[in-house]
Amino acid sequence: MAAVSLNNVVKKFGSLPVVHGASLEIADGEFVVFVGPSGCGKSTLLRMIAGLEDITDGEIVIGGKVVNDVEPAERGIAMVFQSYALYPHMTVEQNLSFGLRMTGNDKADTQRRVSRAADILRISELMQRRPRQLSGGQRQRVAIGRAIVRNPQVFLFDEPLSNLDAELRVQMRVEIARLHKELGVTMIYVTHDQTEAMTLADKIVVLRAGNIEQIGRPLDLYYDPDNQFVAGFVGSPKMNFIRGHVVERNDKGVILELAGEDGTRLAQPLTGPAPELGSHVTVGVRPEHFGDAGKGDADLTVSVDVVEHLGGTSFVYAATAAGEELVIQRDAATAADAAEITVSIRKSYLFDEKGLRLR
Amino acid sequence: MRSKSSAERRRGIALHAALFPLALIWLFPLWMMFVFSTLPENGIFSRDIILTPSDQFVENFNLLESDTGFIRATTISILVAAAYTVLSVALTSMAGWSLACYRFAGKGVVLATILGTLTLPYFVVVIPQFIMVARDFGLHNTLFALIVPPLFNSLGVLFMRQTFSMMPHELFDAARVEGVKEWRIFLFIGLPLARPAVAALSIILFLHSWNNYLWPLLINSKPAMMTAPVALGSLIGLTKVSWGGIMTGAVMLTAPMLVLFVALQRHFVAGISAGAVK
Ligand SMILES: Nc1ncnc2c1ncn2[C@@H]1O[C@H](COP(=O)(O)OP(=O)(O)OP(=O)(O)O)[C@@H](O)[C@H]1O
Ligand SMILES: [Mg+2]
Repeated sequence: MAAVSLNNVVKKFGSLPVVHGASLEIADGEFVVFVGPSGCGKSTLLRMIAGLEDITDGEIVIGGKVVNDVEPAERGIAMVFQSYALYPHMTVEQNLSFGLRMTGNDKADTQRRVSRAADILRISELMQRRPRQLSGGQRQRVAIGRAIVRNPQVFLFDEPLSNLDAELRVQMRVEIARLHKELGVTMIYVTHDQTEAMTLADKIVVLRAGNIEQIGRPLDLYYDPDNQFVAGFVGSPKMNFIRGHVVERNDKGVILELAGEDGTRLAQPLTGPAPELGSHVTVGVRPEHFGDAGKGDADLTVSVDVVEHLGGTSFVYAATAAGEELVIQRDAATAADAAEITVSIRKSYLFDEKGLRLR
Repeated sequence: MRSKSSAERRRGIALHAALFPLALIWLFPLWMMFVFSTLPENGIFSRDIILTPSDQFVENFNLLESDTGFIRATTISILVAAAYTVLSVALTSMAGWSLACYRFAGKGVVLATILGTLTLPYFVVVIPQFIMVARDFGLHNTLFALIVPPLFNSLGVLFMRQTFSMMPHELFDAARVEGVKEWRIFLFIGLPLARPAVAALSIILFLHSWNNYLWPLLINSKPAMMTAPVALGSLIGLTKVSWGGIMTGAVMLTAPMLVLFVALQRHFVAGISAGAVK
């Protein structure tokens, strides 16, 4: 059992900075997910926690102990790699026991741990096979099993499901959630799939270009993003962004005019400082926050490109008069196939020119 | 497997028709070597071209043995080639491993130096090496001098480095996280996965040592320390060349290598072309 904290962790490869000072508290037993686009430094951060990369600056603490100079094996962690990293020339059983055998663990204990892991992951009947004789999902289980036999205090997962097909991914996602419940240990999980992040995490860390953009519970990120990047990254389909500018400031907030919608006024109540009159802002609207005309804060008439009927709901792909693409979620019944519809914004988020949230 | 189309079959026949005579041309000297090794001295120098073996092999061999101590020379050759192969494979794979897997100061310089030695002709190296080993260290006429100086093999190092770099490094990271020591990662993961490459390298290095002539000739002049090729060479005297003996010795040296090569061919080809396709 261990809490993990990062204090201002910096990583440079040569002179190339890759992580610019990440600070983060992870409680004991928490399931934390790092998400972010490709190349943002998720793996690097994870590998630094694992001890596979050294830290240029800052401090990593696991279980109350600074581990900057501690060997990976002594950190109480286990890691599951994206490629599974199973030893191809060994059977499943040998794969599971390799680390323990090599570090001189007691034979009977090794045996016990291996069969426990096999039970947990239901791979007992695969023990004599080699990795190439396993399906993707089975390989993934073995890779997780290899982590379990170490009895780690912290599990590290680097995109463990990205090589699986969609169906298996959902299935393994549930398994990992089950495992977390069963073992109750801290887990740090890297993915660029925001669905995985939303469904698995107690806490999500959104990264972009080596910076932590926001840390929070999944629904907090969803309903209360700190900036445009997080707002766009969390949620599927993505949040819509409509440009606009401030036409009026008052003590309650601002009133905006949306691009291409002369005369449309959208009132945005703000408690914090309001942007300058005339300044450009972005209004974010989630697909489900559009409603029928006349029932919200502002009406937009949009031209419809495509309607996707998914059964319960439908997604309307449309464009505003200013040419901005929108995705609008509607009930199947109200998703007309008309070329033009009028929708109403019922709830929106306001971002300034730099993409920071205005509240 | 799908059956071959007739166009493919015709291409195959044409290819074989071209390759077969080439193979014969290549095999002909080998055959003649074998034939000569069975002829009496007067047969080798007869005016007729003799294409079929005779029965003088044992006599020729006895002559060879009494002239040169061929059995002892062959024993030395085997010992040297075996020790050389084992040591050189060990060294080159360790060097290749460290160049493929670790970041360290001066790695670029080391790599460039190794590459650089490839551009040096062997004859530029061999004389200074001879002076160093024989004159300065006084190690001529020793097994050590036969085995150790040629151990370093740039091509082998680069070959093994390439082999290890092409392996997914997450495998090694996985073992590191499990607390496996670096040399065990090398021994139990890196090397087993490099088996085809190691097999190919072993054959090349063994042959290299087995066929080596110049260095053993220079460094070990004492008859008791000669390797087999040097012993054979010593039959070319100023006044008399014992062709029967030379051919018999050549057969004795070539045949086991041919057998070895054919037996290990599968590994050999797999190793050389490893990584060509993912
Ligand atoms: N060994 C290295 N040397 C130099 N640069 C590196 C090295 N490893 C990673 N980088 C760089 O660091 C940045 C972050 O890489 P990282 O692998 O952490 O990204 P990631 O968020 O895991 O991306 P992905 O989702 O594609 O896995 C990238 O720009 C990458 O090019
Ligand atoms: Mg990554």
